[in-house]
Amino acid sequence: MTTTSTTTRYAEAAIEAVPDLPIVSMTRDFKATPEQLMRAHTDPELFVRWIGPHSVTAHIEEWDCRTLGSYRYVAEHDGGTEAFRGTFPEVGENRIVQTFCWEGMPEAIALETMWFEDLGDGWTRLHAQSLCDSIEGRDGMLASGMEVGVHEGYAKLDALLAGPLDT
Amino acid sequence: MTDQLSRVFAALSDPTRRDMVARLTDGDASVGDLAAPYEVSLQAVSKHLKVLEDAGLVSRSREAQRRPVHLEAEVFDLMTTWIERYRQRAEERFRKLDAVLAQMNDQLNADQNEELQEGTAS
Repeated sequence: MTTTSTTTRYAEAAIEAVPDLPIVSMTRDFKATPEQLMRAHTDPELFVRWIGPHSVTAHIEEWDCRTLGSYRYVAEHDGGTEAFRGTFPEVGENRIVQTFCWEGMPEAIALETMWFEDLGDGWTRLHAQSLCDSIEGRDGMLASGMEVGVHEGYAKLDALLAGPLDT
Repeated sequence: MTDQLSRVFAALSDPTRRDMVARLTDGDASVGDLAAPYEVSLQAVSKHLKVLEDAGLVSRSREAQRRPVHLEAEVFDLMTTWIERYRQRAEERFRKLDAVLAQMNDQLNADQNEELQEGTAS
């Protein structure tokens, strides 16, 4: 057994959003090696198979996942299409640093860092951190859901907020 | 309702207002209590409170003389819901990633078996 500080498994995604910081962090464990997770993130044919939720089909328009490379992909869903793009400041052995934006709001650029921690026994922990351009940008990202589109997200949130605030 | 949402976002985009909200999680407080730690006028604090009130984040009791400021916790419950929805969407993607990784493993095993068989055949 090579598992050290990892008695708990993140079988489901755990999320952390500190109210005062424009940061969202996520942790999730996978039955795979760090190399396999890197490939699933860097190989466009693999990446495109999992990047959207069920209702979304993604098409990669541009993909150069290397240090100083860039990318652009389009997500198709019932309500239309949304494009996302960014650059890769660093693609290392077990770490990917990328900028990310929704093209509807190209000035709100987030810096995303992902790294893969080898837990041993064929398990790897994915750590992902998004540093947004502002608290509002972070909230907007959380509220909208990048893949379903900001407007749809707002509509759903409006429905959520409608209850208690109207009373 | 989108306006309401924008107001919540805008209200929380200010560090002083976020600090006020954080302090109100401990319990209701008077405007004077809330203003104490800041080097700003009472009017400035009242202005911040007005923004929080308009966003539905806080309310002020009309009964008591000191009109304590009360945090409307339901709004934060909604935010928790909203973060949870974001998490669920991420989890949905990660389950698809699980499937992709499983296929990669299967492929690897199949390749290894093939190599093994080729090895014994020769």
